[in-house]
Amino acid sequence: MKPAPRIALIALAMVIVPWAARSSGQASRTTAAPAATKPAAAALPAFTPPPDSAIPDDPFGALVREGRDIFLDTPGHAKPYVGNGLSCSNCHLDAGRRANSAPMWAAYVRYPRYRAKNGKVNTFADRLRGCFQFSMNGKAPAADSDVIRALTAYSYWLATGAPTGKNLAGYGYPKEGFTSPLPPSYARGQQVYASHCALCHGTNGEGQQVAGKFVFPPLWGPQSFNWGAGMGNIDNAAAFIKANMPFSRGDTLTDQDAWDVAMFMDAHERPQDPRFKDSVAATRKQHHDSKWSLYGTEVNGRLVGTGTPPRGR
Amino acid sequence: MHIRNRRLIFGASMVLCTAAAGAATPDAAHIAAAGNGRGAPPCASCHGVAGDGQAAAGFPRLAHLDAGYLQRQLDNFADGSRANATMAPIAKSLTAAERQALAAYYAGMPLPAATQPPVADSGSDRARGEQLATRGRWSQQVPGCVQCHGPQGVGVGAHFPPLAGQSALYIANQLRAWRSGTRRNDPLGLMQHVASALDDADIRAVSTWFAAQPAGGKGGKP
Repeated sequence: MKPAPRIALIALAMVIVPWAARSSGQASRTTAAPAATKPAAAALPAFTPPPDSAIPDDPFGALVREGRDIFLDTPGHAKPYVGNGLSCSNCHLDAGRRANSAPMWAAYVRYPRYRAKNGKVNTFADRLRGCFQFSMNGKAPAADSDVIRALTAYSYWLATGAPTGKNLAGYGYPKEGFTSPLPPSYARGQQVYASHCALCHGTNGEGQQVAGKFVFPPLWGPQSFNWGAGMGNIDNAAAFIKANMPFSRGDTLTDQDAWDVAMFMDAHERPQDPRFKDSVAATRKQHHDSKWSLYGTEVNGRLVGTGTPPRGR
Repeated sequence: MHIRNRRLIFGASMVLCTAAAGAATPDAAHIAAAGNGRGAPPCASCHGVAGDGQAAAGFPRLAHLDAGYLQRQLDNFADGSRANATMAPIAKSLTAAERQALAAYYAGMPLPAATQPPVADSGSDRARGEQLATRGRWSQQVPGCVQCHGPQGVGVGAHFPPLAGQSALYIANQLRAWRSGTRRNDPLGLMQHVASALDDADIRAVSTWFAAQPAGGKGGKP
């Protein structure tokens, strides 16, 4: 055990340098030379969505507001399609406006596009429907339903003036060049969780509610996203956590902490993948054949991916 | 007479038991009403008999707040991580057991029937306060207050106290205390970070907005 701290220190130093470069590059994006480690990211066009006060007072604006309301309180405004305690805004912060938190303005301009996840060209509506099926552990609304129309209108409005067909600075979660210094560790992640996450998300990842509404989202268990959701992949979760968690203190965890706690979160059980067929092993082969999915693997002697019991409603 | 005597004996033995138990079972109601005789004045003299505080003076409501939250505040007044000239000597003159008993006592008090009368604000202040309270200002990584303190600021668990119906002056004083660093007992430095992004107009607007919300209790449990 003795050399471990030294290794950790070296690893930490290696992490800090690129991140420092990245931060300074971000702080003065327009003038500074691109950070050496992230030339592609620095070259992406910047974009700022319009303020809410610019939503027009007309039928289009009404649909935009409806979409925003669904986005902020999804169980409250799209209940038939939601099977857990989450809202869109839990993973897309600031109502889908925040850069590096998978902002909707950056997503909107990248569809239609091919997705390996389902092996076809997806429209933006297809993509939204996938969120309901997996992240919301619910039922996909029809492509021409009021819910999809409203969310599409809101996203389109957020993207007002953005170039189409291009990745914009801050799209998705910042994964480029973001690697785990040491292989992610459940045990270290458990410590990070206890010190930085449990305050809001609860000791057992159950979140916290007031009067039947979740204030802090559940991270695993029957009320969280199911095994088909992108957040169930450690690389997505780590990038989201690094940039955005603890809530309001994004970019304060070390890279290692973010990877470790993402692994800890994604090693817990959650609702079964709706694409489950025959067995966990077969479903892993079909849909989770990635080093960043723990589905169908063993963690601490337990098979991950057996799912949680269906919720009584 | 016979019965009365028995009652007297019973009452006297209760008193003796209480005295014998001493610090282990402090009489929180008595301290709240009359002080502890060792430097702590009656809590009610500032926080009200019903624990509803005095909004205009900036003395906060304590009734129906979370016990864990209240106890931590008293402990932190005593240990200095929440610096306050009034409360520090009071908290220090209370034993740890008395602080715990008082926290439980106020947590168990019912929500006061009437909330504080809202402070008049201008329309633009109200819009600014509501925007900060519900949506925040993410350009400075400031979330909407309700994203942690619950819908309308009713409070969530032991770490996110109710803001709804709380004294506007009290809320403003706390935001300034976070900002200046005299209060630094926030988990993960969350409030010091948020307050550092707020200017005086923000603080006035958001404090006034929360004071005008209906007090909703101590929030939910997981």
